[in-house]
Amino acid sequence: MVWHVSVYVTLKPSVQDPQGATVQRALNQMGYQSVQGVRMGKFTELEFDGKLSEAEVKKQADEICDKLLANPNIESYRFTMEKK
Amino acid sequence: MRFAVTVFPGSNCDHDCEYVIRDVMGQQVEMVWHKETDLRNPDCVVVPGGFSYGDYLRTGAIARFSPVMKSVADFAAKGGLVIGICNGFQILCEAGLLPGVLIRNKSLQFICKNIYIKVEQTDTPFTNACKPGQVLKIPIAHGEGNYFIDPEGLKKITGNGQVVVRYCDEKGNVTPQANPNGSLDGIAGVCNLRRNVFGLMPHPDRSGEDVLGSHDGQYIWKSILGAKVGAA
Repeated sequence: MVWHVSVYVTLKPSVQDPQGATVQRALNQMGYQSVQGVRMGKFTELEFDGKLSEAEVKKQADEICDKLLANPNIESYRFTMEKK
Repeated sequence: MRFAVTVFPGSNCDHDCEYVIRDVMGQQVEMVWHKETDLRNPDCVVVPGGFSYGDYLRTGAIARFSPVMKSVADFAAKGGLVIGICNGFQILCEAGLLPGVLIRNKSLQFICKNIYIKVEQTDTPFTNACKPGQVLKIPIAHGEGNYFIDPEGLKKITGNGQVVVRYCDEKGNVTPQANPNGSLDGIAGVCNLRRNVFGLMPHPDRSGEDVLGSHDGQYIWKSILGAKVGAA
């Protein structure tokens, strides 16, 4: 058994997202006029030893996000956990 | 004066720094591989430009965990002079040695050209050879140079005089048109509160001689040479 942790890192609402704005313009030009906003983010899959407890995996995943995967100046994160 | 230039996998301006310090400015320079922890007793550490770790994850995000960065942080904590150029600036921000962060250029384009910056603060070890408001012609070469900080942080660094250089036009006007990358308030370089750590996106390492199009980068190096070392 392995813990599968899916991490979503997204830009905070106050941070401009030139990539998202460009993708939105492209979508609008493609005819998807109803798309009113696009924000780009990062998706990361982590795998942990299945022997760890749920609490321990959560603790480590939080640390990993705080230290490396997200920059608190501009990004926030959330993750889901599943053992399978 | 003794300089140490850190070298990460993917650094590509390390030799530009070595060259300008040794051959143009006539100073001692040691190259320090990122896995080393001994900075070899420098007066100033240079974190050079490039694409450390391929810019994976975020620019500078992985380099900040290299062993050498612990030594750089300790050196800075003791008041040692640290200058980060381009990717070096990004690394120092990620490491928390400088406020803010560099995000993707507003245009999404990688921009490589000569620009002008206005020296807003001359009471730093990195700009003391400049006149207040002096305009320097220095090249930029980056895809992620768009300086960002939250409103509270912006207020703080502005109030404390930590915004050292801003993008401007040839005459020194700080305008949106002169801002190449979307940086907040045209910020091109900032220092820490103690003023011994400085980071900027433009390259004083690539503008030390007229043959390169400008020698204005020398003002930065001359300032460092004129600074009272360790007296931050």
